[in-house]
Amino acid sequence: MIRSEQRPSEPFVAWAQQREAARLGMWLFLAGEAMMFGSLILVAGFYRLQHPDGVAEAVAGLHFGLATLNTFTLLTSSLLMTLALTASEQASERRLRHCLMGATLLAALFLACKGLEYSLEYREGLLPGFAADSPLHLPSARLFMNLYFIATALHGVHVLIAVGLGLWLYLGFARGRLQGHQASTRLEMVTLYWHLVDGIWVLLFPTLYLVGR
Amino acid sequence: MNERFLHLWPEQASDYAVSVDWLVIGFTAMMALFVVPVFVALWIFIWRYRRGKKADRDHRPQSNLPIELAWIILPFIGSLVIFLFSARLFFFARTPPADALEVQVTARQWMWKFQHQGGQREINTLHVPARRPVKLTMISEDVIHSLFFPSLRIKQDVLPGRYSMLWFQAEHSGTYQVYCAEYCGTDHAAMLARLVVLDPGDYEHWLQDNGSAADLISQGQDLYRQYGCGSCHESGSAPPLAGVFNRPVRLSDGSEVVADDAYLRDSILLPQKQLVAGYLPIMPTYSNLLDEEAVQRLVAYLRSLPATAFGDSK
Amino acid sequence: MISPSYLHRQGLLSWFLTRDHKRIAVLYMITVTFFFFVGGLAASLIRIELVTPNGDLLTADGYNRAFTLHGVIMVWFFLIPSIPSVFGNFLVPIMIGARDMAFPRLNLFSWYLLLGGGLFTLLALLLGGVDTGWTFYTPLSTMFSNGHVVAVICGVFIAGFSSIFTGINIIVTVHTLRAPGMTWMRLPLFIWAMYATSIILVLATPVLAITLLLVAAEHLFNIGVFDPRLGGDPLLFQHLFWFYSHPAVYIMILPAMGVVSELITAAGHKRIFGYRFVAWSSVAIAVIGFLVWGHHMFVAGQSMYASLVFSLLSFLVSIPSAIKAYNWSATLYKSDLTLHAPFLFALTFIGLFIVGGVTGLFLALLAADLHAHDTYFVVAHFHYIMVGAAVAGYFGALHFWWPKITGRMYSQLWGKITAVLIFCGFNLTFFPQFLLGYLGMPRRYHSYDPDLQFLNVLSSAGASILALAYALPFFYLLGSLRWGERAPMNPWEAAGLEWRVPSPPPVHNFDAPVTVDFEAYDYSPEARRDPL
Repeated sequence: MIRSEQRPSEPFVAWAQQREAARLGMWLFLAGEAMMFGSLILVAGFYRLQHPDGVAEAVAGLHFGLATLNTFTLLTSSLLMTLALTASEQASERRLRHCLMGATLLAALFLACKGLEYSLEYREGLLPGFAADSPLHLPSARLFMNLYFIATALHGVHVLIAVGLGLWLYLGFARGRLQGHQASTRLEMVTLYWHLVDGIWVLLFPTLYLVGR
Repeated sequence: MNERFLHLWPEQASDYAVSVDWLVIGFTAMMALFVVPVFVALWIFIWRYRRGKKADRDHRPQSNLPIELAWIILPFIGSLVIFLFSARLFFFARTPPADALEVQVTARQWMWKFQHQGGQREINTLHVPARRPVKLTMISEDVIHSLFFPSLRIKQDVLPGRYSMLWFQAEHSGTYQVYCAEYCGTDHAAMLARLVVLDPGDYEHWLQDNGSAADLISQGQDLYRQYGCGSCHESGSAPPLAGVFNRPVRLSDGSEVVADDAYLRDSILLPQKQLVAGYLPIMPTYSNLLDEEAVQRLVAYLRSLPATAFGDSK
Repeated sequence: MISPSYLHRQGLLSWFLTRDHKRIAVLYMITVTFFFFVGGLAASLIRIELVTPNGDLLTADGYNRAFTLHGVIMVWFFLIPSIPSVFGNFLVPIMIGARDMAFPRLNLFSWYLLLGGGLFTLLALLLGGVDTGWTFYTPLSTMFSNGHVVAVICGVFIAGFSSIFTGINIIVTVHTLRAPGMTWMRLPLFIWAMYATSIILVLATPVLAITLLLVAAEHLFNIGVFDPRLGGDPLLFQHLFWFYSHPAVYIMILPAMGVVSELITAAGHKRIFGYRFVAWSSVAIAVIGFLVWGHHMFVAGQSMYASLVFSLLSFLVSIPSAIKAYNWSATLYKSDLTLHAPFLFALTFIGLFIVGGVTGLFLALLAADLHAHDTYFVVAHFHYIMVGAAVAGYFGALHFWWPKITGRMYSQLWGKITAVLIFCGFNLTFFPQFLLGYLGMPRRYHSYDPDLQFLNVLSSAGASILALAYALPFFYLLGSLRWGERAPMNPWEAAGLEWRVPSPPPVHNFDAPVTVDFEAYDYSPEARRDPL
């Protein structure tokens, strides 16, 4: 995977051109992700309007504290990614690696807390498929819980991918295999992705935890 | 049914069908006006400007704003006119008259069940009087179906969990084919029915010959008693039902709704969905005890209750 | 000597690991052709069954699985990838003066995604399949179907990513890799069409992804999102599904429209009439196309007012299409017309597209739709567009760029015969279906009123002609690879950068960097035709 510093990859003729292409490509991908999560958020919003009582019942049982902590965790990790990008532009390698590791660890922490939340909900009998033992009375409450699981699980998969990307970048920098233009482009793209994942959570959190509380 | 070798136009069983056919013909004529010149021009140009054929090819136009605007604006205006006619017909088709005869329809894989107000029940056949508006209130017991009367030029999807409406006024007596028009599984193609339009006199005879002892409302009343609805609804621990139909109801979240068919059905099957203000949410659901047809009978009964029913229950 | 062509260098591995957009295009061509035949086989079963009024060839379940297979394969594994992934991949870089697409490895990955998703879906469909219709309406698909719903959904979900990545690749390529001097208003109209298509690919397909995910979750875990007994709403599925699927039909037609612009100008040796109008009309179709999904739901239980708005917007979306049809016709005025096979396909497109488009407006008319919805009228309408027009566009592209892609000429006579056969066979197959639909024959019926047999027989007879017409190119095009004469650089004397590189092109398209100082379709006598 060692890439020569000499030239940008085919078919580009200049680094700036390749960088612009990567950026545009990533933004388009993020736009697609926004459409996907946006639809899901609209579905949740629609059911909130249809069944305010059921949603209220479901939301009351959610682990609001844990989720708030998670929100801060994810936002901070996003901040660290931005700092990593700044460090890269200022060519301070150590700070870059530290911020990158910090962001990755915080995202992993987010996943751990989410896992904790899920295990609590499992014990409360809220998982889909356990309808018979569910403590929720209203069918629409159970529906909302199921939407919560799907939305947060899908988001969680995206956070997992972010963790993977963070580790990949960290290893690349730590072993000196990632250099120059290619390094900064990749870092910028991963940071953009990170911001999307974080941005989706910023919309998902109120939709799932706050509305109807 | 008609046994003809080549069937080119469906029968017109109502005046509305005639209007739709005229709309369609008018639309086709207008489209021909905008489309035929294209075909004619194409053929002329292909003939005249073939390679090797001498023709005036000087001053070839690259664009022409007036022409572009003309062929954008003129067809659009034409389309708007047709759109407005169609919208008017659409409103007419979706707005049943207040004095329409009511029939309850239940669809399930793969049959149609009809209940008349007088308690008459039919499967896969619907008898209606000619020259009187008929309104169908429909619901499905499983998947989405669609009740389609080609001779009346109307259809409407029949959904689970929600009432949908169709109305028509057939002009001539006769028997017409009826189809399920929304794919609903294995025997979708076999989910057929017949619409039998009878002259008013014949219709009265049919009603009498097929009536059950009780009409829809009495059957509903039987259910009301059987399930002991009065024990809560006539004692004050549940909202009073006298005169409930189309009455505004205040809900526990502060909003206000009108108690229509859908509200009454939901209150019976999904009582927690919209809680009335000032009452405890203790009503059990009857969704495992009552099927859609039973609900239709109950709702018919509730609709018939005047505000003075049950004496002083306020 | 000029550099070796991209087809040089044998070895299967060099094909499966290629990053050359031209080779990837050929891989896609083989793949979509395979799926076209599979979908066509299913169609044959359907039309043979419908020769008689009773369901005697297939059981009801078998028929339902056949039309589901037909729809799923044709829509997602033939129509959507056909022109964008084959001709988009091959031509976009060359037409703009670039050496490859912006993301060559992503391009190859997209092909693997389509292949993988397609084979997986095909396997599921053959192992018993699914009987929900390609539209997967709930609650039928979620609660009442006994087929391999989740497996089929997985395959389509995977293939969806192929669409999204192809769209991203095309948009980024057009933005960043245009040769110096290739301004937006100098781009061939095919590029405008591909760009507009890519916007839809990127923005609409993710909505399908989430919709399919919800259906799978509902099917597996009964989450309740589309189940009224649990507070869900079956109509919500329709909104989500059609929000993707309506723009999807524009994915299927826009590229073909781009092809027709190329074919008409090349045959007429003349610049397109109204370049700006045609260019922007592609963008307008893409944008307005996102706003009309409710016209699939006029009788579904949607409010009257929403239906009125969707009807009006559907009339609006027809305007840019009409602009194209008028401009193509006007282009032929004072042209210098060669009536070769590609042009005949372009004519076929125009004729069939106009009928399809006008009948679409018929269906946008609310009062007419109350009658014609879910009947064979709709089936005829969308086949006129998706098969009559879009496939004619695909075949036109095939016949136009075949010499460039393969370096061989094929028999013009057979090409023209195919075009004429397609036109006649198609009309015989699908025009009777308009009548059948208005007469009230619903769709997805494997048995019908005996009165309607004559029209059905006409339709099936037409289908056999159509099948022959679609099979013919397989022989003479493949045969040309062996026996066709070598193609010159510009067999059609057409304008466009692709006609100034050898047939077939070298690996990196251009041996020297390209500079563009001419307008699109510069057919004036002083036009630049020399090799680059």
